[in-house]
Amino acid sequence: MERILFGDNQFFAVNHISDEKSRAQSIKFKDDSAIVKTLDDAREAGINTFMCTTHDRISKICDVIRAQPEKYKGFKIFPCMPYAHKYANAVTELGIVGTLKEYVPGNFFGSLFKGGVAFLSKDFLSIMELLVDAEMKMFKGIDTPVIFLQNVITDLFLGLNADEVLIAYYHYVKKKYNADAGFITMNMPKLLDVLEKGGITNPIICSSINKVGFRMSGGKEIYEDYLKNRKFRAVAMQVLGGGAIAPKEAIEYVCGLPNIESILFGASSKANIQNTVENIHYFDSKK
Amino acid sequence: MIKIALIGAGKMGISHLSILGAHPMVEVVGVCDTSKMVNDFLSRYCKFKCFTDYQKMIDEVKPEAVIVAVPTKFHYSIIKYLLEKNIHVFAEKPFCLTSAQGDELVKMANARQLFNQVGYHNKFIGTFGEVKRLVNSGVLGQINHFVGEAYGPVVIKSKQETWRSDPSEGGGCLLDYASHVIDLINDILAPVSSVKGSLLKSIYSVNVEDAVYSLLQLSNNVSGILSVNWSDETYRKMSTSITINGTKGKIISDANELKVYLKDASGLASYTEGWNLKYITDLTPTVDFYLRGEEYSAQLDHFINVVAGKAPNKINTFESAWYTDRAIELIKNSAK
Repeated sequence: MERILFGDNQFFAVNHISDEKSRAQSIKFKDDSAIVKTLDDAREAGINTFMCTTHDRISKICDVIRAQPEKYKGFKIFPCMPYAHKYANAVTELGIVGTLKEYVPGNFFGSLFKGGVAFLSKDFLSIMELLVDAEMKMFKGIDTPVIFLQNVITDLFLGLNADEVLIAYYHYVKKKYNADAGFITMNMPKLLDVLEKGGITNPIICSSINKVGFRMSGGKEIYEDYLKNRKFRAVAMQVLGGGAIAPKEAIEYVCGLPNIESILFGASSKANIQNTVENIHYFDSKK
Repeated sequence: MIKIALIGAGKMGISHLSILGAHPMVEVVGVCDTSKMVNDFLSRYCKFKCFTDYQKMIDEVKPEAVIVAVPTKFHYSIIKYLLEKNIHVFAEKPFCLTSAQGDELVKMANARQLFNQVGYHNKFIGTFGEVKRLVNSGVLGQINHFVGEAYGPVVIKSKQETWRSDPSEGGGCLLDYASHVIDLINDILAPVSSVKGSLLKSIYSVNVEDAVYSLLQLSNNVSGILSVNWSDETYRKMSTSITINGTKGKIISDANELKVYLKDASGLASYTEGWNLKYITDLTPTVDFYLRGEEYSAQLDHFINVVAGKAPNKINTFESAWYTDRAIELIKNSAK
């Protein structure tokens, strides 16, 4: 993985500290061309990996990338699935079974219901595989070497102790897409323990890592301990603590930690992208 | 270890179950749901002991406390049964479908000294907690108006109907979205005592309202506006906010950001004259396990601490949720 990954929160009105800023971003990135322009700004600053949710609008961005193979040569996308709010709102309205009926493609789900066939263990994993395939459709023909599971799903299964599903996701992504599975989580230490127990060595784990300990469940100290003493490929997100930390100070902290393979950040303006990239290079060079 | 069982593994139930499953002080002794598919998944992959009959589950696994996350129309009978068995109860919001049912359960829980909580998670969000602290400090002077709002994209087209679209089962925007805002107003300012008029509007739904607009009067004579709409697709997810105007200042707060305007230097630490800005990052303690938001873990941590005798049973009690049920009833009546 590259040292710096470009995220997509700003494109889809995800702002962890301000609804007002969310709305402003929603207006700014109303047109897909504004998203493409910002991605080009990131590429100009030397970032060639875009980590994005499987939001409907990403399929349009993928069309733009596919249409210009020369321009986007070497450009990678790390999909993060699923776009959780799509499913969360659907579950509120349709219930869990209704949501699966709506989103699992084909007749697979319906036929299981109609026939009154008892669910076998394999069937749940098949549903998971079908949902992964449905989410991956939009990336056809694009280089996706790492495919992430969103934290809301990773952490849901983690708490339910459904370790087997997480492990099955890892193996399926490898087999079907020849890609590494990545896991986004707000509970990094607990997840690493579970993945290792399931036989996955050196997993890719993306989690909040920042100087103020924001969304570092269980506390900053245990995260620092795991980074120092355990083996995994760490991606640091929310390094600015949702905007609570001054950028320079925030990046100095993250660059100073051991074992962080990549830093994920998102920004709306060219100046902020350049500034963040320069800060990362500066503090990396001081190591 | 506290033995806890769960009744209802739908959207909120599954989320509670995950948080409980990761909790070091909890042993999940049983899960009850009517869906075979959900039960099959939970017993096969999560190793939970699953039931379809909650009474059978209670008899067999003997929990100390139960989380009730079924549709609201079942709350009264299930909670009553649990209280009769001397079991502590955490119930999802809203509490009951009528204030008479809720009143009976409040009295019953108190008489039996059973711990009780309702899942109004906004009270565990740092910004709203700070709003309450500020209001109680008197820093706003005399409060003359408030606006409580919630918007989100739940029903954004006409679709198939579920229990959420049936008013007799506790569906609709009033019981789902608006109850959160009413509960916050009740808690931060004072309980709603009368309703001057309400509009319950359907936008896409046939049988229930998708929006609630209401003029509320509180028991301390402060009045204000409730404006809630779950068919607003300009929001990515539910967004709840409260604005409070007083003679000495104003507060505008949502779950992420708190803006406070003060006419004079307040004497309150870290607040000065003019606008003050605070973020959730300044106001939220870290939780041990995170799913969907710190507040979901924090509310269950609180319930577990209450059951363990480590905290007083004061936040989101049946009694406070009853005030919200009563306000919902007043709004419904005023819209007729």
